[in-house]
Amino acid sequence: MASDLLAFAHRVAQGSIRIIDLTQTLAQEFPTIVLPPEFGQCAPFRIEEVSRYDERGPAWYWNNITLGEHTGTHFDAPIHWISGKDLANNAVDTIDPRNFIAPASVVDCSKECATDPDFVLTVDFVEAWEKKHGRIAAGEWVLLRTDWSKKPYPEYAGMGDDGAHTPGPSPETVRWLVEERDVHGFGTETIGTDYGQGQHFNPPYPAHFYMHGKGRYGLQCLTNLDKLPPKGAVIVAAPLKIKQGSGSPLRVLALVEGGA
Amino acid sequence: MTAPLVRPKRKDPLKKTRQPLYPQPIRSRTAQGLTAAAAQGRFELQTCADCKTVFYPPRDACPNCLSARVPFIPVDNGGKVLAETTIHTSTDPYFRERTPWRAGLTKLDCGPVVLSHLHGDVREGERVRLNLKLDKGGAPVLIALPEKDTPNMADDPQLREMTCDPKFRRVLITNGRTAVGQAMAKAFSEAGANIVFVGIADPWKPFPGQDALRAIERVEIVPLDVTDTESVTEQAEQNGGRIDIIVNTAEHVRPGGIAQRHGLTVAREEMDVRYFGLMRLAQAFGPAMRSRGADGVNSAAAFVNLLSVHALMNWPAYGAYSAAEAATLSAAQCLRAELRPGGVKVLNVFFGPLETEWFQTVPPPKVAPSALAKAVVRALQSGLEDVFVGDVAEDIRGRLAVNPKALEREIAG
Amino acid sequence: MAYDGVVACAPVTIPYRRYSINTAHWWIGRALHKLTQAAKIRPHDIDGLVLSSFTLGPDTAVGVTQHLGLTPRWLDHVPLGGASGVVGLRRAARAVQCGDAQLVACVAGDTNHVDSFRKTLTTFSRFAQDAVYPYGSGGANASFALITKNYMNMYGAKREDFGKLCIAQRDNALAIPFAMMKKKLTLDEYMAARPISDPLHLFDCVMPCAGAEAFLVCRADTAKSLGLPAVRILSTVERHNAFRDDPIQYRGGWALDVDELWQMAGIKPDDIDLVETYDDYPVIVTMQFEDLGFCRKGEGPDFIRGHSFTTDGSFPHNTSGGQLSAGQAGAAGGYLGLTEAMRQLTGAPIGEQVANAEHAIVSGFGMINYDRGLSSGAAVLARA
Repeated sequence: MASDLLAFAHRVAQGSIRIIDLTQTLAQEFPTIVLPPEFGQCAPFRIEEVSRYDERGPAWYWNNITLGEHTGTHFDAPIHWISGKDLANNAVDTIDPRNFIAPASVVDCSKECATDPDFVLTVDFVEAWEKKHGRIAAGEWVLLRTDWSKKPYPEYAGMGDDGAHTPGPSPETVRWLVEERDVHGFGTETIGTDYGQGQHFNPPYPAHFYMHGKGRYGLQCLTNLDKLPPKGAVIVAAPLKIKQGSGSPLRVLALVEGGA
Repeated sequence: MTAPLVRPKRKDPLKKTRQPLYPQPIRSRTAQGLTAAAAQGRFELQTCADCKTVFYPPRDACPNCLSARVPFIPVDNGGKVLAETTIHTSTDPYFRERTPWRAGLTKLDCGPVVLSHLHGDVREGERVRLNLKLDKGGAPVLIALPEKDTPNMADDPQLREMTCDPKFRRVLITNGRTAVGQAMAKAFSEAGANIVFVGIADPWKPFPGQDALRAIERVEIVPLDVTDTESVTEQAEQNGGRIDIIVNTAEHVRPGGIAQRHGLTVAREEMDVRYFGLMRLAQAFGPAMRSRGADGVNSAAAFVNLLSVHALMNWPAYGAYSAAEAATLSAAQCLRAELRPGGVKVLNVFFGPLETEWFQTVPPPKVAPSALAKAVVRALQSGLEDVFVGDVAEDIRGRLAVNPKALEREIAG
Repeated sequence: MAYDGVVACAPVTIPYRRYSINTAHWWIGRALHKLTQAAKIRPHDIDGLVLSSFTLGPDTAVGVTQHLGLTPRWLDHVPLGGASGVVGLRRAARAVQCGDAQLVACVAGDTNHVDSFRKTLTTFSRFAQDAVYPYGSGGANASFALITKNYMNMYGAKREDFGKLCIAQRDNALAIPFAMMKKKLTLDEYMAARPISDPLHLFDCVMPCAGAEAFLVCRADTAKSLGLPAVRILSTVERHNAFRDDPIQYRGGWALDVDELWQMAGIKPDDIDLVETYDDYPVIVTMQFEDLGFCRKGEGPDFIRGHSFTTDGSFPHNTSGGQLSAGQAGAAGGYLGLTEAMRQLTGAPIGEQVANAEHAIVSGFGMINYDRGLSSGAAVLARA
């Protein structure tokens, strides 16, 4: 085993296993989730210089940052949603760290989304994808490639006067992924794992409701999904160990076979 | 007749910016009674409570009957100029750069003879209205204005030293997403501001009134989020050297008290937008404004804080909000002291509940955003330092003056 | 009550300088030193001291006693600016007459550092600080400009009238070595001078400088035993905050006290041979002519047109040049007319002698606290 691991490390170092960074830079202007203003709000990313080689600290530079658990590229734990609140090991500090490494199937609907921000991922669409690329295996992340991360912020957030217009899965699809495919979790490029208008589904926000209700995870605000193969990538996504944390900003890496 | 102000030419980049100076600001403690009146635009002189003699300069006893009951109270401001002089030589550096400077003695109808600055349209022997103003150093001074308004009278150079008229000045409205911010942009455009920069945070989030805001003449939308130090710093780096008036319209209104509210998330946002927001603006824009207090016709002139009148007395229904407003007021007082040496005024505008969504359940009377905006422009044109807008604000000011304890009990409901 | 048997003697002047790096203490010390030399007395012979100075802060007269090693049994501090000389003389004369002191040194001295004039103006009085200096900071020039303008409006005085006084004083000053201004002044130059605060122009204003003046007050027999020529004090008056209901100053406190002044002196204005007024501005000189009884109120301009005011002329006035030509050495300016009158009456002038000088009047005026000078005083002196 040890030699496999070292061989893996060697391949990473030498480049035959490529590391693809699926993480957005934590920056103040990056959109965060918008809830009706009478609800509590996720803190946007903010940074305050502590010192920068100046009178506040002559030889060192550092910052204090503030942000929410769901700011920027982040991980959702089951405890995030009411449906997962009573599950065992449902918070970022108690999840078995084994779960932070898992393979991924990348479902590409970028072409459909390019013309339709209200694109809904259906079971049919996934089954069609499986016909082409193979069945989604148990324990795999399903990552939805929409190329949304390439959009300028107003389109990325997709805010209209009736809420966000961004692609996402239908309730049936999520339930099917969990119950029929036993997936590890669901990841998206958009601000949430759910469809922009997901509050009008039954149940509302199905990606949250079903995934977390069954102890599965979420990843959102991902980028570079277009650089991943449909199958075969391994995702490293280890959230910060926040006491009873509902989620966490994190660095998401994909390991992909085949050097340049 | 006052010559109308000419739109200032672009600045010669090879010319040194004149450093701000201000007249001697020291006053006796009693004379600060004039400061209190001038700050709010009232004309008050000491009037003996016993013999009713009105007198000036400020004294600690009545010069007629020696009574010590000598409060400042509103008096008639009419009078006649007995003699005028034009000062060509002054020992004071501030006035040296501004001579010739006119001053005169006026016999007030209410009694005393006062030495005052003279508006350019005032002549010896004529009837005048005396006004109390704050000069460049924030000290109270009298100025004789013509008995009736004259054309372009606000453009008089001596008077303009005491006001913060937006005309030809460049204004930054820090938040244009709100009804108040938009009303403010409109009011300043109409008041003749040269440019009205309007800050917009999270430009990816649409907001009502967006198109109307963009359509206002001389409005220029700029990215600005007062909760983001970097955003404020970047905006100051771009435009800080040419902003003459800042109107901080960043608001965060949420109902709820202290004990009854669940957690600190909203309270932190309130403090972040209001108290820290002011501090970010002050740090980023303050030093440049302070150094531009004498930069010609469009010198830096004012920093405007919009404050709930409940900064002065907590309103438990909006208790955490009131507390954040109080913190902001305290910071504004500090900023006032810091900007004063630059001849930049800090105008605190205290308003009652607004006709906006966050005061939806509050019964009238309420203040329309457009009324608030007009009051701000008027206050700047008058050079005031503290203004109360709306019936609730006036009510609370009055009750605070009489019995703050009664107000504390009654406002709790 | 008159001042029988009391005299003033030993006038000394420490030559004025535009700016001085020395302190007021230094100038006062020089004046007292010169006084002891002139009178051939030792410092501890001085048993009374009356002192005036603007720039002595934080000290007052009592601090000066220790500073200069004096042990007077009678001490007064007279912070009355241009009225200091007459009032100091008045206080000293009574002290001597009543036996509280035998040899009173009257001294006034001020320094003039670069910028000390501005500082004096800023903190001159509480009313000045609250209600005058912030209005253009024109100092006394601006305040007296308003008084001058009003007087011109009321009584038809013209700039040429005031110019005549200034030019005559300049003529008188040409013979005074320590005068700041020793160049002859013409009416054209006066009229064309740069405006300071309308209607005042440059030559209507005194030049602040450093300097000191002093004299002794004692009994006639004391002066005689010291061999000092002396002048008799026929009468004195002082008044503060007179006519407080006049909206703007067009008369001084002299007008309240003029009858008492001449009555006590036992002579009439016509008997006066030389007049030393306090000439901070020519309009105040004009008021003194009126208020001291040389002409009626409002007739000042005509009076000026009818006289020459030179030492050798029809109404010898400010015969050492006055402050307008000699300079204004702070509180010493209030002594200038006294020391000059004493010299004229004892036949020992620094400049030209007024012929047959038997009687002189010296008046003082000072302390523009807000809109007007508050203190006035006058003394009638006679050759001993």
